[in-house]
Amino acid sequence: MTVTLNGTKMDHGPARTPKVLEVQGLRVHYATPLGDVIAVNEVNLNVYEGETLGLVGESGCGKSTLAMSILRLVQPPGRIVSGQVQIHGIDVIALSEAELRQVRWSQIALIPQGAMNSLNPVMRVRDQIAEAIETHQGRRPPQELKERILRLLAMVGLPNRVYTMYPHELSGGMKQRVCIAMAIALTPSLIIADEPTSALDVVVQRVVAQTLLDVKRTLGVSMILIGHDMGLMAQLVDRIAVMYAGNIVEVAPVKDIFAEPLHPYTQLLLASIPSVKQRKPLVVTEGLTHDLRRPPPGCIFQLRCPFVMDKCREVVPPLRELRPNHYAACHLY
Amino acid sequence: MSQPLLEIRDATKIYRGGFLRPGQQLVALQNFNLTIPEKPATITAIAGESGSGKTTLANLILGSISLTSGQILYQGQDIATLSRRQKLEYARQVQAIFQDPYAVYNPFYRVKHIFDLVINNFKLAPSKQAARDLIEEALKMVGMRGEEVLEKYPHQLSGGQRQRMMVARAYLLKPRLIVADEPVSMVDASLRAMILDIMLRLRDQQNISFLYITHDLSTAYQVCDDIYVLYQGSIAEKGDTVSVIENPKHPYVQLLIESVPVPDPNQKWNTDVTLPSEEELRSQVDTGCRFYPRCPYHMDRCLVKQPPLYQIGSGDHQAACYLYDPAMPSAQAGLVENQAATDTK
Repeated sequence: MTVTLNGTKMDHGPARTPKVLEVQGLRVHYATPLGDVIAVNEVNLNVYEGETLGLVGESGCGKSTLAMSILRLVQPPGRIVSGQVQIHGIDVIALSEAELRQVRWSQIALIPQGAMNSLNPVMRVRDQIAEAIETHQGRRPPQELKERILRLLAMVGLPNRVYTMYPHELSGGMKQRVCIAMAIALTPSLIIADEPTSALDVVVQRVVAQTLLDVKRTLGVSMILIGHDMGLMAQLVDRIAVMYAGNIVEVAPVKDIFAEPLHPYTQLLLASIPSVKQRKPLVVTEGLTHDLRRPPPGCIFQLRCPFVMDKCREVVPPLRELRPNHYAACHLY
Repeated sequence: MSQPLLEIRDATKIYRGGFLRPGQQLVALQNFNLTIPEKPATITAIAGESGSGKTTLANLILGSISLTSGQILYQGQDIATLSRRQKLEYARQVQAIFQDPYAVYNPFYRVKHIFDLVINNFKLAPSKQAARDLIEEALKMVGMRGEEVLEKYPHQLSGGQRQRMMVARAYLLKPRLIVADEPVSMVDASLRAMILDIMLRLRDQQNISFLYITHDLSTAYQVCDDIYVLYQGSIAEKGDTVSVIENPKHPYVQLLIESVPVPDPNQKWNTDVTLPSEEELRSQVDTGCRFYPRCPYHMDRCLVKQPPLYQIGSGDHQAACYLYDPAMPSAQAGLVENQAATDTK
């Protein structure tokens, strides 16, 4: 078994592959006493069938909020202000709560950040997975349920004995794999995984990453992987969307973005990857600089951009296709 | 050679009791040796996965737990035998920075409070103005200004700012050694570089040594002078960071380095890693090499006795693995070494 992705298609022209998810003009605000924080600003995003999309950006850039709003799970004071989220053509934003419950988990599954710590400590693994299945599909015959759960555990590479174990008996990597098993329990067409391997050791991280890839291959699901580790993204995803302060600044196939990052922020992200192959000087930069309640007019990245021009302070650069399938929002091009 | 700043001799820490079953023991650290020279200041990495004993080591050095056996010597004196006054001085000279910059602040106080506390505790300043000057100087070191941050509450600062404030607080005391337990694992890539850069500057300009505890080999590689890789409480490999990372010898360290994701989509992982089950991993091996269940090269003799550190090359690079036993038939050792080298490629 290998984790090579060379076999998968890199080209996702809209004409060829059907879309699983289509996000249009999505805007999410958080209400604060001093005005709204724009967490997600007019985001357009597509996920095609069978692809893994990486969503990267620093903490606070809105990537988790974007993921949560796709499932309409944004909690107050956050709210979806406008936009459309279509899953197989169904607009999630317009659904009633009851209809939405049908879509969640069976169409889109979420592995939230720190999922492994949200397992119920007093429930055996089998009961937690069974609960996820029965909540959505009603009571099942015990034998069928058991076989199904064991199949799910096998799919994420866990031995049968995990079936009767409690979460505290499992290591972090195993718990994370239980969460993946729960996410695929109802064979969704899209899995959103928020930092699925953070807080794990490198070797365990690699095992969990392999599990995700295997699951994706066997089930043919699409996936959105959220993270900030560009190294891990290079290994796992087909396309990358780079987010900065609520805006998507660049979207491209992973090979193109690593070969030729167009947006200055992406260039910065790639330059600051620590490597074990090459000892290089540190690239030091400031973090998020502007107040998210009052974004500057023009380009969102102007305060940190080394190439800032007068135009950047006035006109918002649109996300344009600068190379085939390679989109970036920058006035430089 | 003058007296080292910090020397750990044959340190062993065994946990008993608590939630463990009666008679059950957990060896967190075993026969650990470490030396940090007095001069020049160095950054020493302690690397390993969770449960390898890294944080136990930090707690031992900071004096919050005591050793089962062995000694920790600070400037030649055993820290277990310090007098009250000496203890206070030790607490000033050895500072700590922790992983979570969110948990270390009391949310009800303005951030100034963390500086006021240490200044009062160690009576660093005779007047308010002198205290303020000290704080400003420390903040300047980490690229911040007092008027911007001191009157704020912790929730108004970003994670990176908070972690820099913690470095400033440690620096305020003019320590000789800072124990940094995963200081960058919770901040973003761009801010990570900033904090590592501050560490380098403190080392070079202020002669402050660091014990950088991490599970991230890539950041250790970027900034550290020496590295100790722990596996389940014992040193697997130690030496000059560049030679250990670029030319790892212990099979565990080879596995670790191979598992760091390569930031190049054209260079995908091409091998499969499997983890043995938990109970096989933990304390199954009482004698002998603890990496035995996972080791691709395991031999019968690995089970008999834990391998000592064998010299690699001419520097201070050492690995605890029988593959490098000079008494091994040299042809065979060479063969395995070549095989190991090709595996990491």
